[in-house]
Order: sequence, then C-alpha cells, then structure tokens
Amino acid sequence: MKKKFLLFPLFFLFLHASAQDYFPKNDGVSHTNQNFTAFTNATLFVTPTQKIEGGTLLIQNGVVIEAGKNVKIPANTSTINLDGKHIYPSFVDPYSDFGIEKPKRSRGGRSAQYEASRSGYYWNDHIRTEINAFEKFKFDDKKAKELIDAGFGAVSTHHQDGVARGTGMVVTLNNKGNNNERILQQKATQHFSFTRSLEMEQAYPSSVMGSMALLRQMYYDAQWYEGGNATTKDLALEALIANKNLPAIFESKDKLNNLRADKVGDIFNIQYTIVGSGYEYENINEVKATNATYIIPLNFPDAYDVSNPYQASYVSLSDMRKWNQAPQNPKTLAENSIPFAFTTHDIKSPKELKAKIQKAMEYGLSFEKALEALTTVPAQILKNNRIGNLNKNAFANFIITSGPLFEKGTTLYENWVQGQRHEINDMSQKDIRGEYSLTVAGTTYELSISGEPGKPKAEIKQDTLKHKSTLSYNKNWMDLTLTKDDETYRMTGIVNNDSDNLNGRLILPNGNESTFRANKTAPMAEGDENEEEKDKEEKSTPTILPLTYPNMAYGNTSLPQPQDILFKNATVWTGEEAGILEATDVLIKNGKISKIGKNLAAGGARVVDATGKHLTAGIIDEHSHLALSSVNEGGHNSSAEVKMEDVVDPDDIGVYRALAGGVTSAQLLHGSANPIGGRSALVKFKWGETADNMIYQNAPKFIKFALGENVKQSNWGSNSRFPQTRMGVEQVYMDYFQRAKEYEAKKNSGTAFRYDEEMETLVEILNGDRFISCHSYVQSEINMLMKVAEKFNFNVNTFTHILEGYKVAEIMEKHGVVGASTFSDWWGYKFEVNDAIPYNAAIMYNAGLNVSINSDDGEMIRRLNQEAAKAVKYGDVPEYEAWKMVTINPAKMLHIDDRVGSIKEGKDADVVLWNNNPLSMYAKPEKTLIEGAVYFDMEDDILKRNAIKKERNDLIKMMLDEKNGGGKTQSPSKMPQRDFHCETDHLAEGFHSHH
Amino acid sequence: MKNIYKSICLLMLPFISITLTAQQTPAPAQSQAISITGATAHIGNGTIIENATLVFENGKITAIGSGGVTKGKVINAQGKHVYPGLITINNTLGLGEIDAVRASMDVNEIGTITPNVRSLIAYNAESKLVESMRPNGVLLGQIVPRGGRITGTSSVVQFDAWNWEDAAVKVDDAIHMNWPDSFRRGRWWMGESRAYQPNKDYDEDIQAARDFLIAAKAYHKSTPKENNLAFESVRGLFEGSKKFYVSASSEKEIIDAVTFAKEMGIQNTVLVGGYHAYKITEFLKQNNIAVVVSRTQSTPSFEDDDYDLPYKSPKLLHDAGLLVSIDPGGRMERMNTRNLPFYAGQVVGQGMSHEEALQLITLNAAKILGIDADYGSLEVGKSATLFISEGDALDVRGNKLTQAFIDGREISLESHHTTLYNRYSEKLETDK
Repeated sequence: MKKKFLLFPLFFLFLHASAQDYFPKNDGVSHTNQNFTAFTNATLFVTPTQKIEGGTLLIQNGVVIEAGKNVKIPANTSTINLDGKHIYPSFVDPYSDFGIEKPKRSRGGRSAQYEASRSGYYWNDHIRTEINAFEKFKFDDKKAKELIDAGFGAVSTHHQDGVARGTGMVVTLNNKGNNNERILQQKATQHFSFTRSLEMEQAYPSSVMGSMALLRQMYYDAQWYEGGNATTKDLALEALIANKNLPAIFESKDKLNNLRADKVGDIFNIQYTIVGSGYEYENINEVKATNATYIIPLNFPDAYDVSNPYQASYVSLSDMRKWNQAPQNPKTLAENSIPFAFTTHDIKSPKELKAKIQKAMEYGLSFEKALEALTTVPAQILKNNRIGNLNKNAFANFIITSGPLFEKGTTLYENWVQGQRHEINDMSQKDIRGEYSLTVAGTTYELSISGEPGKPKAEIKQDTLKHKSTLSYNKNWMDLTLTKDDETYRMTGIVNNDSDNLNGRLILPNGNESTFRANKTAPMAEGDENEEEKDKEEKSTPTILPLTYPNMAYGNTSLPQPQDILFKNATVWTGEEAGILEATDVLIKNGKISKIGKNLAAGGARVVDATGKHLTAGIIDEHSHLALSSVNEGGHNSSAEVKMEDVVDPDDIGVYRALAGGVTSAQLLHGSANPIGGRSALVKFKWGETADNMIYQNAPKFIKFALGENVKQSNWGSNSRFPQTRMGVEQVYMDYFQRAKEYEAKKNSGTAFRYDEEMETLVEILNGDRFISCHSYVQSEINMLMKVAEKFNFNVNTFTHILEGYKVAEIMEKHGVVGASTFSDWWGYKFEVNDAIPYNAAIMYNAGLNVSINSDDGEMIRRLNQEAAKAVKYGDVPEYEAWKMVTINPAKMLHIDDRVGSIKEGKDADVVLWNNNPLSMYAKPEKTLIEGAVYFDMEDDILKRNAIKKERNDLIKMMLDEKNGGGKTQSPSKMPQRDFHCETDHLAEGFHSHH
Repeated sequence: MKNIYKSICLLMLPFISITLTAQQTPAPAQSQAISITGATAHIGNGTIIENATLVFENGKITAIGSGGVTKGKVINAQGKHVYPGLITINNTLGLGEIDAVRASMDVNEIGTITPNVRSLIAYNAESKLVESMRPNGVLLGQIVPRGGRITGTSSVVQFDAWNWEDAAVKVDDAIHMNWPDSFRRGRWWMGESRAYQPNKDYDEDIQAARDFLIAAKAYHKSTPKENNLAFESVRGLFEGSKKFYVSASSEKEIIDAVTFAKEMGIQNTVLVGGYHAYKITEFLKQNNIAVVVSRTQSTPSFEDDDYDLPYKSPKLLHDAGLLVSIDPGGRMERMNTRNLPFYAGQVVGQGMSHEEALQLITLNAAKILGIDADYGSLEVGKSATLFISEGDALDVRGNKLTQAFIDGREISLESHHTTLYNRYSEKLETDK
C-alpha cells in the first residue's frame, strides 16, 4: 500500500533526427530521407485529454516533430489532408507475450522433484529472475498484424512462466522495420506471479501461500546477498538485484491474489503494478487500498447458453452475475480513481478489443478513461513517455479513423508505427453509403449501403422482400452479389469520384456477362441511424444487478451490523460453572454479552421470545479447512514459512452453511502433507466480510504439525521426500528445532544473519510464543512428539484428530497438553486409524484432558452439535460436558476462551438460538450471531432462497434475450465445489481461484 | 443359591465379552422362546405400540401387542424401545476394509459392463466394519459391486454370520448401473477447464449400455451353444426376478435412466442417489419408481441450493407419495453406515414424523429389496430381526442398544471398538 510516486524519467535523451547510421551498406548507395510528413485538418488527440480540432501532426524519421493547431510545415513535406478524420496515439499493451514462445509443460518423472535442477542459481527453480525477454524475442509478423489492425503501436512482452519471471521488453509493432528500430527498452519491467513454472518441476511451491512465502524469502535473501554475506554465487539473486529499480508487474488474475501480491510488496516497499482479474468491482475498497495501478483484462464472460433448462440449472448464480456485472469493472475502477490500463492478453483476439471497449462504455466507462487505459496509463506503467501520446519527440505511433474512436460507425483506416504506414482500411476511397436504385438484368431493386465507411454492408430489397447479398469494398473496387431464388448475380465495378452512381460488370447466373447500374437516390437512410440510436439507447442502460456480500447466492444485501437483542426466557447453556439456566434472559449489547438473569429490562434492545428454545455459545471448530484458497504446501517437509492467513477466502458457501449449523469460530489449519505445516488462521465466520475482517485480531499464534501416513507419503504416488518412516519424522523435528536454536543464537549474536521466515516461526515455538496443533493418529508418534518437545523445553498445545489419544491419555495429561481435539467416530479410511474408536473422547475426558470434537470437513462442521452428542452415546459423557466439547473446550485450547466459547457477561456475543436441546438430532439453529450481528437467521434464509430463485430466473431470461439477439454464448458450466481436507493435494488438485 | 448363581453370571457377562477378542462369534440359533415386555415398539410401518409384549420363537415373531402373554425367557424392556433391525441398501460393507490399503479393497472391478460380477462371494462376514454396525442397530444390508457402468450383481446379507453363505438373505437380488453423468469435469491436466461442462460422451455411453441389453435380450431368445456370462446375468431383469438399481442424480439423468429402463423392458427399477428427484416426483410416481436417496448427512451439490436440501430430500419424496429409503454412498460410506439411524433422524428435524423416518430404513428398505415378507417390521410371522434401545434410536443420545437379534439369535454387541474401550478404560482405572 506504500505509494511510490512515479516520476517520469526521460530515458531517451538523444534526438532521433541526429542519429547517425553506422551499418555498412553493400546493396546500393545510401538513401537518407530527411523529409517530413504532415497530417492536416484532423481532429487530433495529442493525449486523451488534449484534443485539437483542425490540428496538424508533423513527423519526421518516425518521430513526432510537432502536433498542434498552427504547425509550421517545412518545404520538404508530404502533406496528407485528413479533413473530417481523427488521429489518436496508437495503443500500448503493457502485458503480453508477443514474440515469445509459450512455455511448455515439462513432463515429470514418477516421483516429485524436491531439489533445484539448476546449478549456479537460486535454491528454487521457480525463481527465474535471470530470464530476459529480449534474449528469447523473435518478432512475430502475424501477431503484429493482428495488433496493428486493432490499433496497437507498441507492446511490453515477457516470458510468462514461473513465480519470478525475469525482465520484460518494450517493442513497437512496426513490421516494416527491424529489431534495431523496434526495441525501445530491452529491460523495461520485472515480472512476478503466484503461479509455478510449467517448464520447471521442483515441487515447492505447490500452493498460493507457498508462492507468497517463496517471494518473501527471495527478497530477504536478495537483501542478504546484496550485503555481501553469501559465500557462493547466485545468478538469479544477482539478476533480481540488478533489475530492482525496474517497474515490477505482478500477474494476479484473481480478486484475492490482487491483495495478496500487494501484501508481499508492502513488506519490501515495492509497489507492484497488478494484472487484475476483471472482477475488481467485487472488492473495490480493498483494491483501492492497495494503491496499485492495475492492468485489466477485457475478457467479460459471454452469456451462458441457458436454452436447455436442465443444463441451465448447473450454472451458479455467482457465475451468471459475472456475465451481467463484469463489464462494469473498468467504470468502477475509474469511479474509484484507481489507475488502470487495458490488456488484450486474455481476449481471444485483439479484434475483439473494440467490442469489449464498447461494452465497457455502455456500462458507463468514459471515452477519456478508455483511451487513457490504452495509451497514457500503459506508457506510465512502462515508464516510457515516447509512446501513448503525440507530444513532440514521441514516436510517430498513431491511428487515423473515420470519426470518433470506439463508436459503432467508425472505421480504423491506418495505424502508423514509427512513422511507417500500415493500412487497415483504404481511406482514400469514397464513402458509398446511401440508398440506391439497383438494376440487374432488367429488374429493379432497392439497395441500401450502410455500416462503416471503410467496411460498408449492403441490403437488397424488392418491395418488402429481402434478398441475400454480400458486399466488399476495397481500393475503390466494390464487389456485390445478389442471390435470388437460389441464383447468384455477381457484380463488380470501380467507384468513380466523379459520380455518385455505381456501375460495372454483371455476371448472370448462367455465366453470361452483362452490366449493372445503381443510381444513388438518397444519402444513408435516416431510419438506419435512428435504429442505431435506438440500439444505443437500449444498450446504454443495461440492467446491472446489485452486488451482495459476498457476491453470490445467500450473500447479504448489506453487511450485518451488531444489534442490541434481549433473548427472553431461554434455556441457557452457559458453558460455565453456572451450568444450564432455565427460563433465563440474555441481553446482547454492543456486540457483547451484557447481562444474564431473570426478567431483564430490554432498554432499547430488540426482544426475541426464546421460550422453549435453547441459547448457547457459538460452536468453535478446532480443525477446519473451509474458506481457504489452498490447504497444503507439501513441497518441503517443513513449511513453517507459510501462513493460512494469507489465503483466507471469504467467498466460500461452506461458511454460510456452517453458520446454519451454529458454528461461529474456527481454526483454519494447514493440511497434513508435511511434519511441520503452516501457520493457522483463526477466524470468525463473518459471512460477507473481507478475509482480514474474518481473522481474529491479535489472534494467538498457531502452527500445524502432522504425523503418520500423510507426512511419510504412504498413500501418495511419490515417495522420494524425507521422511518415509515414523523414525524419520522424529529426526525432522530434532533437526529443525536444533537449527532453530542455532539460528536464534546467531541472530542474537549481533553478526549478520540471513533472515529466514521458517526459522523465525520455529523460534517462536521454542519460546512458547506459538502453539502447535498436531495432526496425530497412533500412540507411538504422539508420545514421540511430546518427548521431542520436552527435550526442547516446550509443550505441545493441541493434538488434533488424536485418534489413539485414549491409549496415551495419562501421558498427555502429564506432559501438559492443553487440548485433545478428535473426530467423534471416524475410522477405517487408513491403516493408521485401525484402532480409532468412538469412545476416544470419553476416555480422554475421563483422564482429565480438555477434549474437543472437530470436523476437518465441510459437511460435518454443519452438525458438530450431533458429533458432540456422540460422546454421550459412546462412553456416557454427561450431556453438559459433551456440549462443552464444541464450545468452551476448543476455545480454551485455542486460547480464545477470554473472548468466546461460553455465555458469560463481557464475552463476545457469539451465540446460537436453537429450537431444541442442542445435542438432539432434531435441533436446528434459528439464529446465529457473531459479536451481536445476525449472520444466520432461519427466516431470512427463506427470503434469500426466494430471492435466489427470482434472480436466477431474471438472469436466465436476460441471457436468453442475449442469445436470441445474436450475442455470443458459452456452454453452461459449474465450478467444482471446494471440498478441502487435510489431505487435499494441490499439485494434483489445483487451487480454488476466482476465475 | 440359584439366584446367587444367576447374579454371578450377570456380573461375569461383560468380562466374558471382553475376552472374546476382535471378531465376535456369531450367535447360535434361537433355542427357546423369548418375550420382550414393557417396551415402546416401533413397528417400522409407521405405527407404535406402547407397553408392548413381543414374543418370538424359532426366529419368527409369534405375537406382538399391547400387554399380552409372555412365553419363554422374558426380557423386561420397561422404558426402552424396540425396533426392527435397520436395513442399508446399496452398501459395500464386507467388500472393503481400509480405504488406503489397496489389498483390503474388493469394491471396484475393472471393465465397463460387468453385470456378472457378484458381490456375495467376496463379502467378508468377519469384517471389523460389519461388526461395528450391530451396536447401532444396523443388521441387514444389500452389498453392491461399484466399478464401471453396469457394475454387477448384489446380494442381501445379514450382519452376524460365519461366512457369506450363512450371511446370505437374498442371493443375486439385483443388477446395478451407474448412469452416465450429463455434466463432466474437464480434463484439466490436458489443459481443459476444471469446471463441469456438458459431457460429450453422454449419449454414446448410454448407447453402449443399450446395445448390451438389446444383445442380451436377443441371446435370451435363443438356446446358445456358448454360454455368455454377462448376458446370462441380466436375464432376471426382464423376467422380474432381479431388480435394476440405477444411480443417477440430475433431473435429465433420472428421466433418461427411467425411460431407458422402461424401453428396455426392465420390470423393476429403483433409483439410487436421485439428488434432483424431488423436482420430478410426479414422473417418478407415474413410473412407480422407488428412490434410495443420497444420504442426508452430505453437503448440497450446488452453491445455490438450500443448505438443508440433503437433510429434507427424503421427506420431499415421501410426502409426494414415493417409496423412499436412504443411500449410504459417499466418502467413508462403509464405516459411516453405523450412522444410518442418524441419517434418518436428520429428517425428523425437517418435520418428518419419527415413525415415518424410521420406516425409511426399515419397512421401506425391505420393500425395495423385496424382503418385506420376512424383514422390515415387527409383525407376526416375520423374522425376529430387531433390537432394544435404551432411548430413541434415531437420536444419537438415545441410540444405546441393550440387545439385538437376527432371526431370533441374540447377537453380540461387542466389537473391536468396545474391546479397546474396555481395555483402555481398565488401564486408566489401574493407572489412577
């Protein structure tokens, strides 16, 4: 969020005109040309905001000499009169892979590759800072033509592969020149992303949080290396250091990654330019807070083909909304004063650019902002003041159009790049649009020619009967066909400047030759324009559906606010010494539990009659993977450097469903892919809030550890990573903790040290500042971890899953384990759960341990109350104690029991109103509150269901209209639902992304 | 003296069962009449008899009523509840033991059309998973091969047996088919989208099944020289001796599947899964299709769906007049089948009556399986396959079995789990 003011350095101090040719010439005599070219009488846009009517543009040697109203034209000037036409700076695409071969996915071996494959470079192959676009660049004539035809004059390009991708270059698209002329900046930008290299196979990073941690460590390592502390050579770090002042561009393409990239940059005082997702309107306030300039794709989704109702039912409301809402993205960015450039990178062909811009403008984007996004903003991003404008000394990159840019009837005639003319449509030819009386083989028809002057289209009618026809018009020659009764008449003729009539050769269907004649009867029909006007009017007011929080089914129309509520006459399960209080009132005020008692006065609070109902604290799940973009960073056997807080994704329908099951807080844990996992996120399920607002403030620090089959990769395809046995697991811990001690000693010694985020985290554990929640199954390993901890003088806070906890309960008690968090009755899915028994919770409870029941599952979290009841069934735990296993007990092991977990005056008002005894199979939450705000309400839920039905129906109708109106459609599709568990492997499964 | 002896016996009882290690010994045949008195009897057909006396002899129920005369050994079940043994349809119990240990798995055979593959002969009567069903009241099940398109032939078994032969209740009762998915996930590793999109092979996959059944019918009309195992195995579908269980979830898939079965001349079709069946209950009723609907304890398949749609699905179908039971299929389906009573209990929270919810996994299941003449309800003449629970068996807190019987045999309610529970509870006591 640090704002770095972008000064506009003048990179190009030399004057092009004074450049001396130094290439030997052997194919003739030298051919110097110091002539000027002037374009006169144009509507001239020097910049998007500087418009000159009747202006002149004077160029020489590919450079603008002057642009203005009264330009002095030297004698040796060729003048082109552009009366009525417009000139704009050619566009600049700041983000492309133009001229650079797409990376190919390398085909890996059977086993994952854990070590780096390069020698002389960084320890991670996905850091490819040493790659330079200019070394891989080969001018692509075909693509250049496509871009020129769309109006582009220059692009930035780079090798799009890896987490750090090296440098990008800026080139013009002048396909009449050579690279000596075209390359403007050989090292213009540096590029980064969270996406692994396709070409490299190293296992790390395999997750978004892993990529984030890798980038952070890369920058830390660069600082250390730059300080001269390394004893070995690292060419990748040297490249990073050498290029550190270049603009840094981050490919995010995901609405949450936008924010994550900015967070990484903030630590190192780097302001990335972010390649966005196209859905920035969904979290625009957070986007604005990044202070970044954005590069925005224009790939607005096509409507879904919903003509088949069965197929239509697969498309989610959120995906349908994207079709309706995404075109407002540029407008919303502009309204929020967020600078942005456009890129064609994600649209199928640059040809679509115009239609996409038109769409964005229909949704309210101004002409000026649209043009800036294609000219001055990308030029600023690339720190190049000689492109994207037509000021003196800029490159002579400009386009000539028949009228106002982006408008429907406007033809793009020519695109000049570095003073070289590229014709797209012939501008010298006459405008033949109009009404004609056409005579073909003795029959008279009405011919009307409309459309763009450079690309006119024909319609032929006989009275009211319309005939099929085609028209092409190029270099003053027009070719017209007419098909009538399956017979085709072909006509061709040159358009004469002397006459408005058209005539020429006619080939009859039988092959005989004749002539045709079309006499102009009227200028282009008013009716056409009216129709267009009408079209425009209709389109200028598209119905844009309102956003919800989150922007999907069951989203809130506004964010829930704390309310003062008095629950009257409830059965209150306090979770405290007080036990269960019958016929008791609970007053919620300012987000806190204010009072518990009989006959409380409401004051201003809303009164909820809770007679016959049960009020409890919100359920807390010690072990969940909901609301995360990814779960496992399994690329290393320790990933203490990764943070789940980095990847909280609030738009998970699982959050709403968990609220409907009475859950208000959860620990979002790293998976169990490695002995030392990642740092946890403690969240409240504030449905609709941002990730940051869901995360507990000043949360106690936790980290996931894991033991057993998962960490030794017993059930994976790959088995090349240490450890492969439980014996090895112990050694991993011994090694890492020993190293952490040594690291801390070095750090405290005052000598230079390499900042290591992983070691920093382990030091926190050693010092008791970070708690372990350890995924564990069999007794031997549980015992082992406690002994390791004892050797290093700390305690294991929580054993999670802990399915054989019942076998070592007293040992855990003695060690001082704070909590044992188990499944109620899962077993049989792996060899190591062979002895998992549903009585586990009861035995551990009987041993005096603080026991909780967890879910690790998006389904079970919806009914943890029933899972708690299983402790009653299996082992006769008293009901009240069983209830504590999903409320105050997990709160204690998460060290948040001072804030949540019980109904006690002064605690957060995280409460649930149940229609029945909460341990009953038949109980349902009626209301779920967090800090006094109602996040789930059974009655509101019904309203939301109805609203979803109606909105889906409205959108389906709109999409049918779009299809019937000739709009493009895409096949219905459904994004796979998240179903994350400890074992979710992201190398195989990919991340959950927002498109 | 006699009394003292009796009480010693009772005191010894838990210790005897502890020494019986992991696999519990199947109970011997019923040797004397047994009467259960004073219980609330949940008949399984939607009705209740309070203060019931239930008498069974030689494995069959001979009397049931309020009050009534006892015979033989009397079990006083005052304040307790009696239920018919719970029945699970479309299960893989006994075919797989530990998911992650491939050697222990006999669930999926290779091949696309393998109706001749029979579950019964692979059914492991000594499975630790199977014995863990009984303490929760799940006593019978249909065991189904899962792999491929037409997956194989199921059989119905009871859960207290020495081997698959004496486990068998109904041999080779049905043929099972996984209907093709109309939407399929993109092959993302080949660069396709990860999203689900219309399955281009859908019609082709159906055609392959159709071709097979047409060929089988042609084969059945002749007296072929060479026996074709696959063709032979589906003969019963057309004669009515085997039911056709087809697993389909979306509206279109269900309609296609039911229409297909009808066109093929299949006599008895049962829909399994049926996520969207609630949208087309009229169609299903017209075609007389029973539905074994996806388990209630699952998440909705679509983001936009009601959060409680899986909870209430059985109710929606039942209210529309369909014959409904619950499919345990899904992740960890075998071990979690012991939660079958709670899958039914979940529907009670949605407003279904307790007795109707019970019916889903008793009489309805028996009817669908075609074993209702003998199982599924507490009625005179039927098998004495039943259990006594201290409380409401559909509620976790109340589901505590004191006795259970299969065909009148009093079966063990111990398991690998109770063995470990007892051993380590004792250790804890000693250590204290």
